[in-house]
Amino acid sequence: MNKGTVFNIQKYSLHDGPGIRTTVFLKGCPLNCWWCHNPESKALAKQVTFTKKLCIGCESCLNRCENNAIDLSRENSIFDRGKCKRCGSCSEVCPTNAIKLLGKEMTVAEVVNEIEKDRVFYEESEGGVTFSGGEPLMQHDFLYQLLKKCKQKDLHTALDTSGFTDWHILEKAAKLTDLFLYDIKHMTNEKHLKFTGVSNAPILSNLQRLALVHSNIQIRLPIIPGINDDEENIVATGEFISAIGLRNVSILAYHHTGVDKYERIEEAYKLPNTLEPTHDEMQRIARILEAFRLIVRIGG
Amino acid sequence: MVNQLRGMNERIQKLRQQSETQAPSISIERAVLVTEAYEKYWGKVSIPVLRALTFKHMMENKTICINDGELIVGERGEKPQSAPNYPELCCHTLEDLKIMNDREKIAFAVSEEVRKIQEEKIIPYWQGKSIREMIFNEMTQEWKDSYEGGIFTEFMEQRAPGHTVADDKIYKKGFIDFKKEIRDQLEGLDYYNDIEAYEKQEELKAMDICADAIIIFAKRHGDKAKALAEKEENPQRKRELEVIMEMCYHVPANAPRNFREALQSYWFVHLGVITELNTWDAFSPGRLDQHLYPFYKKDTEAGTLTYEEAKELLQCFWVKFNNQPAPPKVGITLQESGTYTDFANINIGGLKIDGSDGVNEISYMLLEVIDEMRLLQPSSNIQVSKKSPDYFIKKASEVIRRGWGQPSVFNADAVIEELLRQGKSIEDARCGGNSGCVETGAFGKESYILTGYFNLTKVLEITLNNGINPISGKMIGVETGAPEGFKSFDALMAAFKRQLQHFIDIKIRGNNIIEKLYANYMPSPFLSIVIDDCIKNARDYNAGGARYNTNYIQGVGIGSITDSLSAIKYHVFDKQTLPIEDLLETLKVNFVDRESIRQALLNKTPRYGNDDDYADSIMIEVFNSFYNAVNGRRSMRGGVYRINMLPTTCHVYFGSVLGATPDGRRAGLPLSEGISPVQGTDKKGPTAVIKSAAKMDHLKTGGTLLNQKFTPRLLEGDNGLKNLSYLIRAYFKMDGHHIQFNITDIATLKKAQENPEEYGDLIVRVAGYSDYFNNLNKGLQDEIIARTEHQNF
Repeated sequence: MNKGTVFNIQKYSLHDGPGIRTTVFLKGCPLNCWWCHNPESKALAKQVTFTKKLCIGCESCLNRCENNAIDLSRENSIFDRGKCKRCGSCSEVCPTNAIKLLGKEMTVAEVVNEIEKDRVFYEESEGGVTFSGGEPLMQHDFLYQLLKKCKQKDLHTALDTSGFTDWHILEKAAKLTDLFLYDIKHMTNEKHLKFTGVSNAPILSNLQRLALVHSNIQIRLPIIPGINDDEENIVATGEFISAIGLRNVSILAYHHTGVDKYERIEEAYKLPNTLEPTHDEMQRIARILEAFRLIVRIGG
Repeated sequence: MVNQLRGMNERIQKLRQQSETQAPSISIERAVLVTEAYEKYWGKVSIPVLRALTFKHMMENKTICINDGELIVGERGEKPQSAPNYPELCCHTLEDLKIMNDREKIAFAVSEEVRKIQEEKIIPYWQGKSIREMIFNEMTQEWKDSYEGGIFTEFMEQRAPGHTVADDKIYKKGFIDFKKEIRDQLEGLDYYNDIEAYEKQEELKAMDICADAIIIFAKRHGDKAKALAEKEENPQRKRELEVIMEMCYHVPANAPRNFREALQSYWFVHLGVITELNTWDAFSPGRLDQHLYPFYKKDTEAGTLTYEEAKELLQCFWVKFNNQPAPPKVGITLQESGTYTDFANINIGGLKIDGSDGVNEISYMLLEVIDEMRLLQPSSNIQVSKKSPDYFIKKASEVIRRGWGQPSVFNADAVIEELLRQGKSIEDARCGGNSGCVETGAFGKESYILTGYFNLTKVLEITLNNGINPISGKMIGVETGAPEGFKSFDALMAAFKRQLQHFIDIKIRGNNIIEKLYANYMPSPFLSIVIDDCIKNARDYNAGGARYNTNYIQGVGIGSITDSLSAIKYHVFDKQTLPIEDLLETLKVNFVDRESIRQALLNKTPRYGNDDDYADSIMIEVFNSFYNAVNGRRSMRGGVYRINMLPTTCHVYFGSVLGATPDGRRAGLPLSEGISPVQGTDKKGPTAVIKSAAKMDHLKTGGTLLNQKFTPRLLEGDNGLKNLSYLIRAYFKMDGHHIQFNITDIATLKKAQENPEEYGDLIVRVAGYSDYFNNLNKGLQDEIIARTEHQNF
């Protein structure tokens, strides 16, 4: 497969690995985390979204849509999802970009070309490219080709992954990845199932195996108040990381930034009342982890 | 350490306070003295000698001001913040004075006495005789149509062509030495074979008179200090005044002996230059760190100066700059440069004459001074070469991070290459740098004058109207055909280039006359003493006496014209979704009832600043057309015309004379500034802007200006500073000329919330990532506003 679905290419990315980076977000994720701040990345397929405040009512979209799938008078969604073929032609004619097509089919060459544009910044800052998502390993063939091409071009590669995949897929990617940013969401399987929709068993076992074959793994813990920030879970996480011989951990505070995106993709947000953890709270968690002789960074 | 603010001691705080709180006013003293001198000498002596005697009359009679507590002395007016007028350049009418006094921005208090003297003494003598009136009398109708239509501005219509910078000579020689050089030249004149011998004699005589004048001026400060010292009861201040007295009796007649005298000597020269004429961009000490370092080293080793004392003297020196607002401007000149700033600009770092790294202890001290003083004047910049230590950039970035816009950052290696391309020697290039906003020059050896801003986007508007200025309805261009007849984008570009050539020709023809008016009627023999090789050539600075002579025309609005052309190429020719007739009609009605077309032009056009070759290649074509139309044309001073890309505040004025444009901009609104993208249209972050901007061949210019706007959070911590330096180094690796950073505050964020369209390029640090402020919902915006407030101590 020479094409993949990309939902964003973010330049001047400063928090997904060392230096100045370009982060390529691939669409599709097997997890369904309650706190996800990129909910538009979950579906593998392209999606059309509508931002009401940008609409000037010019009706260009109505005239363009061949499937009669748009009704501007509707309250919540202007799209009739049954009729919409997700072709994106309405987004092409929308003058204000109120309608957007999420997900763009791109070839490996197109993506690499975009990545290469910022080479001078990577070289200056010892940065590179980070593949994220969604779960980038969902499109593993595409990702594998991208990684290979990047390595050929001597670019530093990072992979931001949930680890929820088959071991052989991860193993193959590992050979072409300089740095892993590997998430651990919860140590208790039932909780993991509840809040992410999947079991943590493959995630933890993959990490164990990865630690044996890869020397540069940065663990990332999203800290979600009331879900995974209790002492018991943090201790269990610290123990696990330490036991498999890893040292570097980033703890990332939950934030609300994704909230308005849920509206646009017409999904309910499951954590409307959760507060962002305070600085003190993050410090407390860092101290617990440091007891396991881990090097803890607050933030990406 | 009672009462210390940001490291400033009580003396400095007082002087700074005085400088900051005093309202600018008009001083009429200079106008009176000039008029007296002209009444006495006009017609009896040659013009250069007339100018010299006028200068001497001012230096002999001007009020001497020594402010309480100051260690470096001398003011342009009678007191701080009092600006003289220059009737020989521009004789203000009573109406002008009223406007100056009443206007909301950039006002100058005009006392009843000033008004009366202007009415009774100044206007009757100067009306009809000022350079400004001579210029407008000499200009052709087509020049006037273009000028009034907002195609270009004219720097010399009410200010003199100074725009230059001092080198190291005044730290090594005194004016007694210069007098000897002048006399040697006079004695060597060949009255038998040199047809210019008389002109040279008069110019040299004039320089000699000016050298005497500045020595007299300094001595009068010495006398005043002496008188004050005698009355002074505070023993410490008494001693300080005695030191001032000794300094003023010694410099600038002689070379300075120590750090303190070096500063004072420069300051007298500075006052001389800006009193002789109203040189725009005032005058600048250039490589201040390199000039001062030998004195600092010697004094500290001898135990006669401490670090703190040196810094205090520099801070006193800073206040002197800030005490001098740019003299009042009127008309279009006010619009192109609507500011009190007189654009003195201090260069820090760079290279030494031998090509080695120029950063020294004073460089870091200057960064501290800038940081503590936070004064609008003087402006400051760092010169970053590949040899500059990272630590130097880091220390400068810490100051940049404070968010008040100084220092700006220059690429010393590119600046040197620009100068070499223009034919300067490697040594002169390395000793050069930047002044004004971003202009490159060989310090102490070049007259590199700006002739005016040029409205590139207006030329496109005229092209789309077949030579007619749609605002006035006048035919001011050439007939290049109705745009409906353009079969391709290339045909449009060909028409644009013809119009461009037409207006550049008008501009250059006008300037070639204006130059001669200055050469013949308004020489500057004092400035000529300190700029090589005016003495050697026995020729005035304004007549081509400098070693190098360059005239610049400054292109404005490259972002706006690029996006406008890109919109036409994309929608009209490539996608064919918008017939050109519809586009022209849409522009004519200023998008009224055509909002969806405007939105499509705004949002669906490939735009400059996003590292997109579709738009950027158009930028390159416009840039090269402008370059080809200007670069290498001859000037009447024996120099050549070149381009640079900067706007000061002219992008606002140029926008005000322009109808709606194809990039979706409504009539009358500002154009893009410098070489920055159109406000709010760079959607891919700073690396993409830098890449786009670097596609311009900066080395073919004498300066480009790139603004970047960040929120303080983006520069937090050591990593924030590092990331800033990576951006700078990467841009400079690609030969970018200059970059400056706006680190925005809460007020801006709030405004951004109210007018998101104008702040589309504002980047904020959100949580684990950075994003455009506009991309965030109101709740999050509010949260970030609240958060940032905690950042402000």
